Amino acid sequence: MTGIAILLVYVLAFVLAAAAAGLLRRGRARRADFSSLKTVTFGDESAIRPDRLASIASVVVIFLLWGAFTGSKLVPLHVSGPFAGETSFTYQSEGTGGQLSDGRVRITVGPDGTLPAGAETSDDVAVAVQSGRNKLIQLPGDARVVSVNGTEIAPGGAVPVEDGTVSMTSKGTLSFAAERGLQMEPIWLPSPEAVVGRFIEIMANGYQNYSLWEHIGASLLRVLAGFTLGALVGIPLGYAMGLSGWFRGWFDPIVEFMRPVPPLALIPLVIIWFGIWETGKVVLLFLAALWVMAIAARAGVSGVRISKIHAAYSLGASKWQILRHVIVPNSLPEIFTGARVAMGVCWGTVVAAELVAAQMGAGMMIIAAAKFQLTDIVMMGIILIGLIGFGIDLLMRQAETRLVPWKGRS
Amino acid sequence: MSGLTLNNISMRFDLPNGSHVQALQDVSLHLAKGELLSVLGPSGCGKTTLLNIVAGFLAPTAGEITLNGHAVRGPDAERGMVFQEGALFEWMNVRDNVSFGPRMAGRRKADYLPEVDRLLEIVGLKDFRDKAIYELSGGMQQRVALARCLANDPDVILMDEPLGALDALTREKMQALVLKLWKETGKTVMLITHSVEEALLLGERLIVMAPRPGRIHKEYRLPFAELGAGMDLREVKKHPDFGTTREDILSMIWNMEEEIMGHMEPAS
Ligand SMILES: Nc1ncnc2c1ncn2[C@@H]1O[C@H](COP(=O)(O)OP(=O)(O)OP(=O)(O)O)[C@@H](O)[C@H]1O
Ligand SMILES: [Mg+2]
Repeated sequence: MTGIAILLVYVLAFVLAAAAAGLLRRGRARRADFSSLKTVTFGDESAIRPDRLASIASVVVIFLLWGAFTGSKLVPLHVSGPFAGETSFTYQSEGTGGQLSDGRVRITVGPDGTLPAGAETSDDVAVAVQSGRNKLIQLPGDARVVSVNGTEIAPGGAVPVEDGTVSMTSKGTLSFAAERGLQMEPIWLPSPEAVVGRFIEIMANGYQNYSLWEHIGASLLRVLAGFTLGALVGIPLGYAMGLSGWFRGWFDPIVEFMRPVPPLALIPLVIIWFGIWETGKVVLLFLAALWVMAIAARAGVSGVRISKIHAAYSLGASKWQILRHVIVPNSLPEIFTGARVAMGVCWGTVVAAELVAAQMGAGMMIIAAAKFQLTDIVMMGIILIGLIGFGIDLLMRQAETRLVPWKGRS
Repeated sequence: MSGLTLNNISMRFDLPNGSHVQALQDVSLHLAKGELLSVLGPSGCGKTTLLNIVAGFLAPTAGEITLNGHAVRGPDAERGMVFQEGALFEWMNVRDNVSFGPRMAGRRKADYLPEVDRLLEIVGLKDFRDKAIYELSGGMQQRVALARCLANDPDVILMDEPLGALDALTREKMQALVLKLWKETGKTVMLITHSVEEALLLGERLIVMAPRPGRIHKEYRLPFAELGAGMDLREVKKHPDFGTTREDILSMIWNMEEEIMGHMEPAS
């Protein structure tokens, strides 16, 4: 139910933000660049530019929702939180002789579950309940409760009362549970500021014997080592497969077989063969990058227009010169695409491998935190992993536009 | 013997389904040094195949090609090629494209750069020499391709519809340029085209090929290229012989195409 409500709120936010952006922009002059002057945009993918306002709104909405459901102080609106404060209910009980008597239970719900001073002065039963917990209520004498707030109750039954629920155990004892509200407890979902706080704390003090930068640096180094080795072997292999029938025939079965095997499936075998420490991880990442790069290089070779090769031969180039001056530069766009994919795969794989076993690393950090239910560290780790993966891709894209400016323009 | 000689060239493609295509049958031809031959013919008559054989990209199933007395066995810098499009190297700028041949031959910069710049000036791209290929228009790209071929100083220039992808006006200008370059450099040229007019304007000699099997159907010797070197190409087209020869060849090719279509009818 809550899930559907959240989804509806999210859709509503999407629609409202779109409407607001539309209003905001009305009357403002449109930019006169080439693609905004196009009248046909539906179906012309190249005319679709991401609306940056939408991107900002999207991130803001996620933070608002996150804050609203975790009671964040950074967010003005919250969903209902767990009840805290004083409440009470009345009951009627039947004595051993069948005579009915009324009573009242006063309940204090708070984070520590202790009674405020002077609460026990009146005749009422006073009970303290820790937020989010149940509490059995000891009634005076051997009274057998028959109704709560005027509603009949039997063992196993429950009666909703103000700010909570009163239920009766099978033995006839009453128990009170305060309303939990829609907010998440920090153990399920910590608030944004808790995550940021953790980030600052771990940045200063480190976690599990290593500083944050050592954890992240360890993961990055593994990726870099595995990817570099994979590219160093995979690219020449791909070229060889694109240039020689024997190579193609020899490695085709291997590459085609290894390509669909997810690197994660290799973790057990790699652990058996190379152990759980650095060698094993680098070998795993090497394998993850190898096939992607080999296939990219092979595609790069087969993507060369034959007239370019013919032209180079007619201009007197040797085979080696054609490889160096025609095939390699012509395959660079494919290689870059492959490298981006390989980097993504490596980054995902290294985190997974660190989840299995590691002394340091981004993945190790979150799995260690998860064992102690430190959800804020887990969240922080996931966000960092995502940001770094995004950053890597951004860097690769930038290198691509700088090094392969002719991509897609021939 | 100097010049380009084709001796009974035949080419048969075996298809995977067991049948075969006789793309060329006993094509013989001699081109003296400095001659410009244009090749016309209906689609599929083997023009590209013939040119690829001369360039050395394909080995004929029968026959032999010699250039200046030695047999042609594969591609070589002595036979330059200008393609219809897409044969320039996008990762190099204009000047590096044009100097590709000399650079691959290991010549020194000081040796080839003046010649490269002179060629760029001739084709009118002096100011574009540092531009990237994808920044040029189609016509400019073909001029780069021409200059690149010439910079390598080949004995024979082979062109497969070099102007086919250009618009009519650019095409006319390029025709004049080709003619001028041919006159200036005295290269032997073999030019494939789909345009009868172009073949007439540029070809000192012209062969019309016939399909199934591909062979030389008729050969002409033409005065127009000689005329065109000295006057406006539009004037050349007004020459009385120009019109009649054009009609002649057009109807010849038209009839061949008809025949092919007729061929196809019973099959469908
Ligand atoms: N690699 C090949 N395999 C099989 N058949 C081929 C091959 N190349 C060409 N052919 C066939 O040889 C014949 C001649 O082809 P070619 O490309 O030389 O014709 P063309 O005269 O250049 O045609 P167009 O004017 O359309 O360019 C065609 O029938 C074609 O189907
Ligand atoms: Mg052709």
